[in-house]
Amino acid sequence: MSIEKTNEFRPKIVAFCCNWCSYAGADLAGSSRLGYPADVKIIRVPCSCRVNPMFILRAFEKGADGVILCGCHPGDCHYTTGNYYARRRMTLLFSMLDYLGVENGRTRVEWVSAAEGVKFSTTMNEFVEKIHSLGKNVRLEDLRCRN
Amino acid sequence: MQRIGVFVCHCGSNIAATVDVKKVVEMAALEPGVVHAEDYQYMCSEAGQAKIDAAIKEKNLTGIVVCSCSPRMHETTFRNAAKRAGLNPYMVEIANIREHCSWIHKNMEEATKKAVILARAAIAKVSLNTPLQQGESRVTKRALVIGGGIAGIQTALDIAEAGYEVDIVEKTPSIGGRMSQLDKTFPTLDCSACILTPKMVEASAHEKINIYTYSEVEKVSGFVGDFTVDIRKKARSVNMDKCTGCGVCQEKCPSKKTPNEFNRGLNTRSAIYTPFAQAIPNVPVIDREHCTKFKTGKCGVCAKVCQAGAIEYDQQDEIVTEKYGAIVVATGFDVIKLDQYDEYAYSQSPDVITSLELERIMNAAGPTKGHLERISDHKAPKNMVFIQCVGSRCADKRGKSYCSKICCMYTAKHAMLIRDKYPDVNVTVFYIDVRTPGKNFDEFYRRAVEEYGVNYIKGQVGKVAPQPNGQLLVQGVDLIDNKQILMEADMVVLAAAIEPNKDVRKIATMLTASIDTNNFLTEAHPKLRPVESPTAGVFLSGVCQGPKDIPETVAQAGAAAVKAIGLLAKDKLLTNPCTAKSDELLCNGCSTCANVCPYGAISYIDKEVNDHGIRETRHFAQVNSALCQGCGACTVACPSGAMDLQGFSNRQIIAEVDAICR
Amino acid sequence: MMQSQKEKAELIREISGVNPSKCMKCGKCSASCPSFQEMDIKPHQFVSYVLHEDIDALLESKSLWKCLSCFACVERCPRDVKPGKLIDAARQMVIRQKGADYLSADEIPELLDPELPQQLLVSAFRRYRR
Repeated sequence: MSIEKTNEFRPKIVAFCCNWCSYAGADLAGSSRLGYPADVKIIRVPCSCRVNPMFILRAFEKGADGVILCGCHPGDCHYTTGNYYARRRMTLLFSMLDYLGVENGRTRVEWVSAAEGVKFSTTMNEFVEKIHSLGKNVRLEDLRCRN
Repeated sequence: MQRIGVFVCHCGSNIAATVDVKKVVEMAALEPGVVHAEDYQYMCSEAGQAKIDAAIKEKNLTGIVVCSCSPRMHETTFRNAAKRAGLNPYMVEIANIREHCSWIHKNMEEATKKAVILARAAIAKVSLNTPLQQGESRVTKRALVIGGGIAGIQTALDIAEAGYEVDIVEKTPSIGGRMSQLDKTFPTLDCSACILTPKMVEASAHEKINIYTYSEVEKVSGFVGDFTVDIRKKARSVNMDKCTGCGVCQEKCPSKKTPNEFNRGLNTRSAIYTPFAQAIPNVPVIDREHCTKFKTGKCGVCAKVCQAGAIEYDQQDEIVTEKYGAIVVATGFDVIKLDQYDEYAYSQSPDVITSLELERIMNAAGPTKGHLERISDHKAPKNMVFIQCVGSRCADKRGKSYCSKICCMYTAKHAMLIRDKYPDVNVTVFYIDVRTPGKNFDEFYRRAVEEYGVNYIKGQVGKVAPQPNGQLLVQGVDLIDNKQILMEADMVVLAAAIEPNKDVRKIATMLTASIDTNNFLTEAHPKLRPVESPTAGVFLSGVCQGPKDIPETVAQAGAAAVKAIGLLAKDKLLTNPCTAKSDELLCNGCSTCANVCPYGAISYIDKEVNDHGIRETRHFAQVNSALCQGCGACTVACPSGAMDLQGFSNRQIIAEVDAICR
Repeated sequence: MMQSQKEKAELIREISGVNPSKCMKCGKCSASCPSFQEMDIKPHQFVSYVLHEDIDALLESKSLWKCLSCFACVERCPRDVKPGKLIDAARQMVIRQKGADYLSADEIPELLDPELPQQLLVSAFRRYRR
């Protein structure tokens, strides 16, 4: 089923969520019925530090319009220090992406605990809105992949 | 090529109401590698699992995708189903189309599209899955309890009764904790020491319980079933085997000016001391900071008077290393500092006290031998004012956002006891709300009002002003009468908020147990797993998890013990096979991965290789899969891409990204 | 233009930056207030009047002018509600309605009085010069 071509811009958004906090936070948003746009698709990773910058570049290459990484709050990482690594890596990556023309608004790191279903939903709503305001991402997309 | 089966769950109407399940099946069947796709009302039911079983066997499936609820819910269920059908349990992936799709979207078309994409991602991932084998790790049949208050004692007793060795580590010179400082307990008014001391004695006499007092946990490594803990036994300066507990040293000690912690600083103690009469062990400690011998070198009275020759000035701190299968945290609480509450004049007047201080004043072994009297001039009070919620339910930085839970009840207790023993003392309680949920609690509070004539005023106190005549002028409000009240009091008692012991953050960090913004330890699930930390093998007992009274603490202590026993009863634990693995062909031995590993799971081996005819020794990273917890920090740090995480490999995650962005 | 009670309540919230829903009704503001006896509407009631959007009663109340702006209530409120700021905002509204919300530097000498604390003038000038 290909996404039908309509005039309305439907962004493609990839959300990486750590298994222990943010994925559980997303589950809580679900069980509390706190909605957010269907454009967000979640990929489960064991820890935010598992997210290789390569994955994010790949997403943009494949036509994603925004990528968000969610992990445990600083100090609460299940693996003690994983989110600190993620934070440093992403700071570097996002500044490089900005340099390449992928605006900073298209990338985001957010700490969402397992108890913060509300925060997960509001974060996703905000992020989608932001991507809407930025429009389609054309910078890193590999045009050969477009179908 | 994998042969993949896709199973889409309706979850009654939970999924089917917003996701066109048939459409998902239809679309999934078109994906490469998918040889079977079906839907069913409840996949997790026995009939649903039987369908999976049958499909695996009939179609010879090598991997399955279940489109259902969150993997945190039923991943284990479906893995076990796969295992029973002869498939490796790690060849199962879950597409979360309930929590992440049907429950949050309203539009059926949109939700269905998303469900299809989520299914595709899972299919893309499972086609790159490899069978994984769970390893085994041993369980050390010994538990550690951190904290020797009523929570720690109860947990230790319960674990020991089940036949396992338990060590209690207590920071202070004696076990007993906060409860040993209390005079009476609500709602039955029985004496705290009378019910606690037998438990303390039982714990110390139990052959399976070993108590380290005046000791602290220094370092924790390892993981569930196999923790290694360093315990610092602080130098007591008294030989525990020789000391007879006669107490002569304390009597003769010339430096008696140290504030007595046990009596909340209301009186002083000697430099060599046991905190209280029923202390266990009944062996004193020399407080080196305040001891003349240690400060100036001149004294040594205690050594001279000790008949047993137990005083050892040259004792050093000792580190004991011990292995444990389970760790229970029972670090308890303290009362918040009130120096920022100038309006209540706590720092200005000795007659403004906290409830815990009143507890000591009321206690026969306390600084006033149990006589209710003012600290300043030892006069018996005529008017007493109690102020509730001091620092509890605060939005500002001075206090705590939560309700401390125990204050309403202990204030009713204090008021009742005072009115009972000293009927001519007027007792006024200023309250915001009286919260008494608990068995016989509200009845108890009502008795204080109706039978004992305690004057409860709905309203708060704005200011306590010490007067030149030694009285305290209390300015409060009665919200029912809508009147401001000015009254003179002889003593003011503040129901100060309780907070977790300040050392808990340090301990939580050592255990990698998560902690909330108020420094309470987080439970694995607020409703269904209230005594377990999300960190496997760590259990929570008592107020370290949240404010609670004695009966609740004891109940939770027992629950934590049962969870620990459940763990210790196992001979082997199955380990998570989703661990990191290094590719020898790519590893260049740079040791970046070892530097980021929080578990020290990566070591290096030297191996002789034959590289195109050249024989040489190379350095390779090797992951100890028993230690690796599978966070994946190393996989990203690795500059040559040699390190990968099984079950969440680079290729698998990229396949998911591709499927989502397709 | 007549404002509805609701609009007025919103205006008070806006001027004061206070969210009256945060109040837990402990009464510490009234317990702290040195002018309590003089007031017809007590400080803790102020908060609930705003919450229930009963603003006209507030604007007519004596309390408005009895409040000393000592901010004891603001300082001591455990929920960070700041009743004093609400009273201040209500006062602002009344003054604005009267069009008297202005004080120019030239008017100051006339107001000088050896009994008057200098600080009062400075703060009045700061507040009303806009």
